[in-house]
Amino acid sequence: MTVAVDLPPEQGWFRRNRMTLTPLLFLLPGVLFFAVYVVIPIFQSFYISTYEWNGLGELQEQGEFVGMGNYRELMGDRAFEVSLWNNVKWLALYLLAIPGGLFIALFLNQTVTGIRIYKSLFFFPFVLSQVVVGLVFSWFYLPREGLLNAALTLFGMEPINVLGDPTLATYGIIAAGLWPQTAYCMILYLTGLNAVDPEQIEAARLDGAKGWRMLWHVVIPQLRPATFIAFVVTIIGALRSFDLISVMTNGGPFGSTRVLSFYMFEKALSEYGFRMGYGSAIAVVLFLIMLVFIAYFLWSMWREEREARR
Amino acid sequence: MHNPVTRLAGALALSTALVAPAFAGSHGASLDGTLRIISDMSNPAPRAVMEKLAADFGEMHPDLEVELDIVDREAWKSQIRNALSANPPDVVNWYAANRMLPYVESGLFMDISDMYASGELTGLDSVKGAMTIDGKQWGVPYSYYQWGIYYREDIFNELGLSEPATFEEEMANCQKILDSGRKCYTIGSKFLWTAGGWFDYLNMRTNGFDFHMELARGEVPWTDDRVRETFANWRKLIDMGAFIDDHQTYSWQEALPFMVNGEATAYLIGNFAVPHLREAGLSDDQIDFYQFPKIGDHPMGEDAPTDTFHIASGAQNVEAAKAFLKYVTSPEVQAEINGPDGLGQLPVNANASVADDEFIQQGFEMLSQNATGGIAQFFDRDFPAEMAALGMEGLQEFMVFPDNLDDILQRLESARQRIYD
Repeated sequence: MTVAVDLPPEQGWFRRNRMTLTPLLFLLPGVLFFAVYVVIPIFQSFYISTYEWNGLGELQEQGEFVGMGNYRELMGDRAFEVSLWNNVKWLALYLLAIPGGLFIALFLNQTVTGIRIYKSLFFFPFVLSQVVVGLVFSWFYLPREGLLNAALTLFGMEPINVLGDPTLATYGIIAAGLWPQTAYCMILYLTGLNAVDPEQIEAARLDGAKGWRMLWHVVIPQLRPATFIAFVVTIIGALRSFDLISVMTNGGPFGSTRVLSFYMFEKALSEYGFRMGYGSAIAVVLFLIMLVFIAYFLWSMWREEREARR
Repeated sequence: MHNPVTRLAGALALSTALVAPAFAGSHGASLDGTLRIISDMSNPAPRAVMEKLAADFGEMHPDLEVELDIVDREAWKSQIRNALSANPPDVVNWYAANRMLPYVESGLFMDISDMYASGELTGLDSVKGAMTIDGKQWGVPYSYYQWGIYYREDIFNELGLSEPATFEEEMANCQKILDSGRKCYTIGSKFLWTAGGWFDYLNMRTNGFDFHMELARGEVPWTDDRVRETFANWRKLIDMGAFIDDHQTYSWQEALPFMVNGEATAYLIGNFAVPHLREAGLSDDQIDFYQFPKIGDHPMGEDAPTDTFHIASGAQNVEAAKAFLKYVTSPEVQAEINGPDGLGQLPVNANASVADDEFIQQGFEMLSQNATGGIAQFFDRDFPAEMAALGMEGLQEFMVFPDNLDDILQRLESARQRIYD
């Protein structure tokens, strides 16, 4: 005990500041990795996008500074325009996964024998790798042997080659992507529905609310956190779409299913792609688009946290 | 020669001299250290060949440790740049002609002109050109194969058709095939390059090999009337309905069943398709081969893509790497690895014996006697990478929507002006 009394004057700088230092130390590994693998590469992309460089050898020696040249070229690049529009299509249509997931979740939110089995069956597509989903769907769409055309001809309709038709191919791929994404949103809503307050439902029922009005005014507002997460993962999923495209059409037919991430890969890293600078410029554009959403997400999270603190 | 190790090495050199004289010629000394090879020969047959090559070479040089790393062939096409930049191996696989260019320009492949100049590599004169950029040689070939029209001999017999020599005969044949309810050609253009094969041949036949190469070097605009003439010839076939439907959805392998099932009678493809056709159950009586027929009055040029070995410029064991390249190209090794038990392709060394196989023999005869126009590598190896990628995309689009030709050619022309400048 007497020893403890003597201690305070001997306390080092580290001990005195440990309340500030400890969290910083715990943050350090995360911050370090985030900086090395995320933040610094973002700035590197900006930097490289001002060069014409084939990605081999040193940037300083082999690269040629072109300033905004790559961006100017992007403006007139039709393939870029197609990719950008496809990204918009992906963003808009991928959001269908949210109402789809909500609908299935409401449907499955009941107590029937074996409901767990049904729930896991509905969740199954999300467990599958995207590559497998892509393969399964490309077999489904096969022009001659595919199930889709078998069904269409059964109903007396003309068979269609979804992935071979430049006007349809992107929609075909998005449909494939919606399958696992809907399952993901479903599981988010299922957990959300567990947290719905039964007393509020009861009160609403006493006031005579049912059906759509009950869903719209009572249930959905309580599902807001689930909706927010579903929105975030779906937007990010739509902008990240790459594997399905690579597996199902490889960007074709004649480049009609490319999105920005795929086009970037093609230009910078693929078999015939030796334009690091140009690829980086595409990456920067994609980053800026993502930044809009990321900023919105961060802002709404910050706002919510501030309200919670009040 | 007091040192027992060197004595052993001398004896070994002597014994290998009996096995592979071309190899042991100048290298009396033993090789040591480690030789690191990264190979893309990942398909089952090539993989066995590569593993045996490395093992045999290691056996000849007991002091040398051969480290072989086999990478998936498709994956290697994008991995090679990383492999060559950081901690490079000694020897790598790649492809000839313009496909080498980015690596040559960036100084990642070693200049091995001295090996050609010193006469260490003999019998490679005919393939040397494909390894040359800026008057220097950057690697050695190890195998090549012919392209041409593989067709169903039994269906041709049934319809009373014979191998055509001219484009008119080709189209007359095709009309009869179509009348019998079949398609003339199968093709899977999902990965684009198969369409490049059609363009290569149609352009080489319509305008000659030299013109084709001028186009590849960017010296002729894509909007040139001669290029349009090539597409006009192509269009004749497309308008007849000669090609299978929905080919943009299939890979080249997925297009094979059309020929196997007899729904299409012919396939313009490389010799690598033959083992697949045989495996699918077609006998040699049912498949045969002919050279792409004549269109204009030009000496025939042929596509014969060459696969290669290169020394990385950052190689640690250059001496061993050079010895390996020399070993691979020696007549005996060439005959063995390209034989029917190996790759089933053509040896690059003129002194090597050609396998006794119907298709390899026909291909050898065609390339050595009837390819007077010249030997091209292939669309995606002769054209610079970016031009090839854009070009093949345009070719696929043309095959599906021939009416878009003007737009496609405009696009390729503006790409040409940017890429070659």
